[in-house]
Amino acid sequence: MSIQVRNIRKTFGNFVALNDVSLDFPTGELVALLGPSGCGKTTLLRVIAGLEQADAGQVLLDGADASGTHVRERQVGFVFQHYALFRHMNVFDNVAFGMRMKPRDQRPSEKAIRAKVEELLALVQLEWLADRFPAQLSGGQRQRIALARALAVEPRVLLLDEPFGALDAKVRKELRRWLRKLHDELHITSIFVTHDQEEALEVADRVVLMDRGHVEQIGTPEEVYRQPATPFVYGFLGSVNFFHGRVDGSNLRVGEDVLPHAPQDFDTGSEVIAFARPHELDLVPDAHADTGVAARITRILAFGVTVRVELDGLNGATGQHFEVELTQQCVTELALAEGQTVRLLPSRLKVFQRNDAIGASA
Amino acid sequence: MSASRTFRVLPGFHLTLGYTLAYLSLIVLLPLAAVFLKSASLSAAEFWHVISAPRVVATYRLSFGVSLAAAAINAVFGLMLAWSLVRYSFPGKRFVDALIDLPFALPTAVAGIALTALYAKNGWIGQYLEPQGIQVAFKPLGVLVALVFIGLPFVVRTVQPVLEDLDTELEEAAASLGAQRWQIFRHVILPVLLPALLTGFALAFARAVGEYGSVIFIAGNIPMVSEITPLMIITKLEQYDYAGATAIAVVMLVLSFLLLLLINGLQAWTAKRTGRDR
Repeated sequence: MSIQVRNIRKTFGNFVALNDVSLDFPTGELVALLGPSGCGKTTLLRVIAGLEQADAGQVLLDGADASGTHVRERQVGFVFQHYALFRHMNVFDNVAFGMRMKPRDQRPSEKAIRAKVEELLALVQLEWLADRFPAQLSGGQRQRIALARALAVEPRVLLLDEPFGALDAKVRKELRRWLRKLHDELHITSIFVTHDQEEALEVADRVVLMDRGHVEQIGTPEEVYRQPATPFVYGFLGSVNFFHGRVDGSNLRVGEDVLPHAPQDFDTGSEVIAFARPHELDLVPDAHADTGVAARITRILAFGVTVRVELDGLNGATGQHFEVELTQQCVTELALAEGQTVRLLPSRLKVFQRNDAIGASA
Repeated sequence: MSASRTFRVLPGFHLTLGYTLAYLSLIVLLPLAAVFLKSASLSAAEFWHVISAPRVVATYRLSFGVSLAAAAINAVFGLMLAWSLVRYSFPGKRFVDALIDLPFALPTAVAGIALTALYAKNGWIGQYLEPQGIQVAFKPLGVLVALVFIGLPFVVRTVQPVLEDLDTELEEAAASLGAQRWQIFRHVILPVLLPALLTGFALAFARAVGEYGSVIFIAGNIPMVSEITPLMIITKLEQYDYAGATAIAVVMLVLSFLLLLLINGLQAWTAKRTGRDR
C-alpha cells in the first residue's frame, strides 16, 4: 500500500518539528527516514501511524485521507525502539494480542490464532521462545517478537521507530540484514527511522534525509551518497572535510592558500563551501608548494586496510580539523611523520554556495 | 578448613539480619506475645464464652465486613484519583496531591467529629439525606464513610508510582494493534497495576480494621448495630476485664493475620502470573 504525506506541519510549543513536509512512499518499498536527533523523523513516523496528530496537512493511505482516523483504524504495524512488549504476557500472548482484541465477529478461532502465532514465530525464527516472558529475552529477540506482534494483525504498512537503536553493534548488524531479507519476502510497504547513516544506506531501497523539520533529499542509497544535494546531506553521510573559500577565476582561495579545482558555475567572488571525503584528499609533503591548503599532521593511525591521517589546518584553515585516508604504500613513499607540515590537495571537490545553514558538516 | 573462604559481595548480612530480628521481636513480636499470654489466663470455656458472645460476634461482622467494603471502595476510587493525578495536568493539581495525605495527618478524632457534624441529622449533608430515608451517622453506613475517609491515601500512594513508571508506549502499541480503550485498560494497564493495587487494598484494609478514633464518633456505638471490635476491647478494659479484652484482641489478630496472608498470597499469585517472579 502506498503512503503519501501532504504539507504536514507539526509544532511542539515553539519548536517546529515538521515544517511543510510532503513525501510519497511507493508500494512495497523499504524507506529509511534518516537524520540527526531532533530533525522530526520520529514525529513524521508517528504522524503517519496516527500516534501523533499533525497541526496541518494530510496523510493518505492507499490514496484515501486517513488524517482524521485513530491509530487503531489505520491498520499500521508499529515497532518501537524499546520494544514495548507486554511484560505480563508471554511471547505467545504478546504475538496473539492483536488478534484477540478484534471484535468478536471478526476474531479468529483460538485454533486459527495458535496457527498464525506459530507461523509468525517461525518467520522471526523464535518458535522455541513461545512460553518465555519478555524479561527473559535478549534485546534482539525482543525486537523480533515485537515485529512478529506487529505483523500478526496483517498491517497494510510497517513503521519502525529506530528498531535497532537499543541494541549493541553486532546484533544490530545481524538484525538489519535480517530485516532486509524479511522485507524481500513480505514486500510490505515499510518505513523505518534511524540516525545511523550506515544502517539507512545498507538496508533501505530509498533514503529520505531530514534536517530541522524538512526534507533535504530523497533518493536511492547510491544517489544520496554519490550526489548529495545539499551541504547537510554531504556532511551527514560519512566523514567529510570542508573548506570555506572564495571563487577566484579557476581557483578557489582558502585564506592565502589556493585550491585549483575551479567550480564552473559560480561567479568570481562568491563565497562557497567545498567538501571532500577523506579518500579524496592527497597530501603534498612540500609545505611551500603553490597549491593546496597547509596543515600539520597530528596523528597517523596505521591500523586497518587504509591509513588514517589526522591534521590541523594552518593559515586560512586554522582551527579546522582534517581527516585523510591513504594507502599504506602511499604513507611509506611520502615518509609522513607526526608534526610534519604538508599541503592538502583534493582530487575531487563538491562545491556549494555558502549560506548560514551549514553547521552540521563538521 | 577449606582453602578458599566463601564470601558475599554485599557486606553485613549477619549484622543486619541480627538487628532486624532483635528489633522486630522487641517492637512487634513481644507485645503480640503478651496479648496471647494474657488471654491464656482464661480457661478454654471462658475464652470461648467471651469471644462468641452475640454482641461481640456482631462487632466482628461489622469491623471486618465494613473494612473490606471500605478497602474495596478505596481501591476503585483511589485508582481513579491516582490516574488523574498522574495522567493529566490541571490547575491545582499539586494542591489535590497534597490533600490526599490529609487523612494520614489528621488526628482521627478530628476526622470523626467532622464527619459526624456533616452526616448527623442536622448536619450539612445529613439534613438532605435524612428525608430520603438514608441515615449515615450512627449506622453501619457511617462507619463505612469514616473508614473510606481514613483509607484513601493508601491506594493512591501505592498505585501512583507504578502508574508513573508505566510506559505510554505500551498503550500506543496496544492501540496500534487495534485494541479499544477499555481493552487496553483491562489487558495492558490493569495487570501491571494489580500488585500495587492489592498492596494498597491490604494496607487500607489493615488500617480500617484497627481504626478507632474516627469511627466511634460517627458510629454511635449501638450494641448489635454499629459497634466495632476495637470498641468492644476498650469497653472490656474500662470494666477492668483485661483477660476478656485480650481474648477479643487475639481473635482480631488472628483474623487480620489470615486475611493479610490471603491478600499476600493473591499478590504472589498475580506476580507469578505476570512473569515478574521469574
